[in-house]
Amino acid sequence: MRLEPVEAPTLARRIGYPAAALAATVLVAAALAGIAGGNPLAVLGQIVDGAVGTKFARLETLNRATPLIFTGLAVAVAFRAKLWNIGAEAQLYLGAVATVLIGTQSGLPGPLVIPAMAAGAVVAGALMLLGPTLLKTKLGVDEVVTTLLLNFVVLLFVGYLLEGPMKDPMGMGWPKSPSLPKEARLPRIVEGLRLHWGFGIALICALGVWLVQAKTTLGFEMRAVGLNARAARFAGMPVNAVLAKTALISGGLAALAGFSEVAGLKGNLTADISPGFGYTGIVVAMLALLNPLGVVVSALFVAGIFVGADSMSRSAGVPSYIADILLASALLFMVLALMLSRFRVVRG
Amino acid sequence: MAEILRLDGITKRFGPVLANDGIGFALAEGEVLALLGENGAGKTTLMNILFGHYVADEGSVHVAGRELPPGQPGAALAAGIGMVHQHFTLAENLTVLDNVALGTRPLFSLSSGRRAARARLRQLSQDFGLAVDPSARVADLSVGERQRVEILKALYRDARVLILDEPTAVLTPQEVEALFATIRKAVAKGLAVVFISHKLGEVMAVADRVVILRRGAKVAEMRTAETDRHRLAEAMVGAEIVPPEVPAVTPGEVLFRLGGVSVAGSPGLDDVSLSLRAGTITGIAGVSGNGQRALADLLSGLAVPETGTAELKGAALAAWSPRQAVAQGIARIPEDRHATGTIADFDLTENAMLEDYARPPMSRKGWLDWGRARKRAEAIIEGYDVRCPGPSVPIRLLSGGNMQKLILGRVLEAGPSIILANQPTRGLDIGAVTYVHRQLLAARERGAAVLLISEDLDELRALSDVIHAIHDGKLSPAFARGQVTVKELGLWMAGQGGRDAA
Repeated sequence: MRLEPVEAPTLARRIGYPAAALAATVLVAAALAGIAGGNPLAVLGQIVDGAVGTKFARLETLNRATPLIFTGLAVAVAFRAKLWNIGAEAQLYLGAVATVLIGTQSGLPGPLVIPAMAAGAVVAGALMLLGPTLLKTKLGVDEVVTTLLLNFVVLLFVGYLLEGPMKDPMGMGWPKSPSLPKEARLPRIVEGLRLHWGFGIALICALGVWLVQAKTTLGFEMRAVGLNARAARFAGMPVNAVLAKTALISGGLAALAGFSEVAGLKGNLTADISPGFGYTGIVVAMLALLNPLGVVVSALFVAGIFVGADSMSRSAGVPSYIADILLASALLFMVLALMLSRFRVVRG
Repeated sequence: MAEILRLDGITKRFGPVLANDGIGFALAEGEVLALLGENGAGKTTLMNILFGHYVADEGSVHVAGRELPPGQPGAALAAGIGMVHQHFTLAENLTVLDNVALGTRPLFSLSSGRRAARARLRQLSQDFGLAVDPSARVADLSVGERQRVEILKALYRDARVLILDEPTAVLTPQEVEALFATIRKAVAKGLAVVFISHKLGEVMAVADRVVILRRGAKVAEMRTAETDRHRLAEAMVGAEIVPPEVPAVTPGEVLFRLGGVSVAGSPGLDDVSLSLRAGTITGIAGVSGNGQRALADLLSGLAVPETGTAELKGAALAAWSPRQAVAQGIARIPEDRHATGTIADFDLTENAMLEDYARPPMSRKGWLDWGRARKRAEAIIEGYDVRCPGPSVPIRLLSGGNMQKLILGRVLEAGPSIILANQPTRGLDIGAVTYVHRQLLAARERGAAVLLISEDLDELRALSDVIHAIHDGKLSPAFARGQVTVKELGLWMAGQGGRDAA
């Protein structure tokens, strides 16, 4: 068996396989729900209902999607240039640390403190990814390994901060940071609704990344370096500088997820502020085919599954872990579908 | 003579492409059959079917009267078919003996039988004139020697049919002669040889019979004794070939000069002095891997001289980079148009702007002007006859010739003063080759200095005003047009030039 490229895939081919992938995902979910003792159709219905059924559910999904848009964009930007940033989780946490430090220690006046926190977070995350990237371009150290392992280093470092220098003296011994003052909290988009401006910033970032990729010379360079670094270098592109710029943008975007969670949602930093948003960002970006506007859609989809599954498990008694399997199978089927829409399998 | 091999109605499709269309021929013991055709005519596909790498959609292969099961290289090997691929399949870290014996002995056996194998290898070396040291590591061998190992590998397995896929592409003229001597010895012992080539002179010299393929179909079959180069060429291309006219041009000033330049590498450059003059094509002849890459990198801006001087238009090179090279008016046609010349998944518009996207009018202050970029791509498609559905298709869908035309348009549009043409016609069909030659000659008439690096001696001798041979990073003296014979050039390419005279 081997694969033959389909030179000009028909529309049916390009849409049919992804649609089949979605159907297969639903089937897997239904089967799992059945095995777990639920009524498959009811469980699926409750997931959808829990994600978008009520105003509260919809806002909850948007809130959950916010950090995923940031980390999804971070991964999409980096992967486009074939810079394998698996470290969005670490960048997110450092962004959160910078946000708390500036928010509680800087003493800046009200209107300045939020931009300062955002800028501090971006710088922290950007530098976090710049290190592994320079190791890659100067010494050829594989960035998959460095960025992945630094996630654990940073998480332990944050644990240390929360037990030590950054521990909230009023926290009754809990490992958490002091809370941000009110003027350092992101306001809500609509008064009275539980949705903060982090979501708005995420949308603006998605638009910005799309603009950079589609309309600027830097975006052109990033795509060229990702597709064929040798040809890019031959054509005169400064490949290493392009990778460094990509790292700064990617790390900064991931750090904004930490900023948005602390300043928008939680108000303080704990070691469990991210249930793996950095890693889920990879799924989000892959499902979006690394398209920055697609990242918004896939982040909403992924967030909806998580929020919906949480709500379903409370009422149907089926474990919410079904969300993880749903997501994993959605990604696997989608990757397979994309391959099948570009290649056909030939025997012999 | 007994028939040893017969192919009947071989048809193979790759998607919509008909690579082989009902091809059949027979081969007798002691016969050399040439398979002649341009790149992409279907020669290699046909041989891969014969050897079992591909399964034909229709048709059959018979060896000595018995049908070969399709898709089993093992069966082809057992039936006595030996294949020497264009790209060698040797384990570089093993010795010659290990490579030859690899796969012929049981995996678990106490006595390895090395002594017997060595004796047999020596005997074969002697019988077929394939001198090579059995205990040398393949990594230390030259390209010509590696090819001998490949042939020995096939002979060691008692091959009765030897398939040589474009065997001369990597050899010097003297090595080609030695290979032909080996082929003659082999057929004298009753082997049959299939010689795949697109070079007419070689086919006429070595083959008894020629099968000509064009666009996947067999268009003619003739005996070399009853035909001539001219008729072969017409059958292969389907039209008469007109050699390019080279008008006299008075050479101008030196635009690029290397003085005693050395660059580290394997091989790099070793004390190379070279002058490129306006209105002159300077040819570099050599077997690939003898320093051509280092020379091309130097002119492309990818490398700087470690010792020696490099002058561009009279000034020493400063801050040398690919972008700098382009800005200084150097047009660069890279050796590998797929890997370095283009980005496969970029469309024609994007590939056309790869070198100047960062300057006005393609962009301003970091913002791209897609409208202009597209117009420029359309102008190149029009002006350089790039056959394509439009500027927004990915360039990987284009044929090699059309890809090369886009590269030509990209680098020649600006009217460069220096042109680096590194293997500009490799793998192109005759129409595209002629087009590239005409463009280079037109640039020469316009007063550009052209550096033409090629493995095709006919091309070099037809176009170059001055030829150097390159061997192991060293450049031969410059020979003016018509001043050097192929034989002398071959000696220089082998690093033995100038010794006869001394």
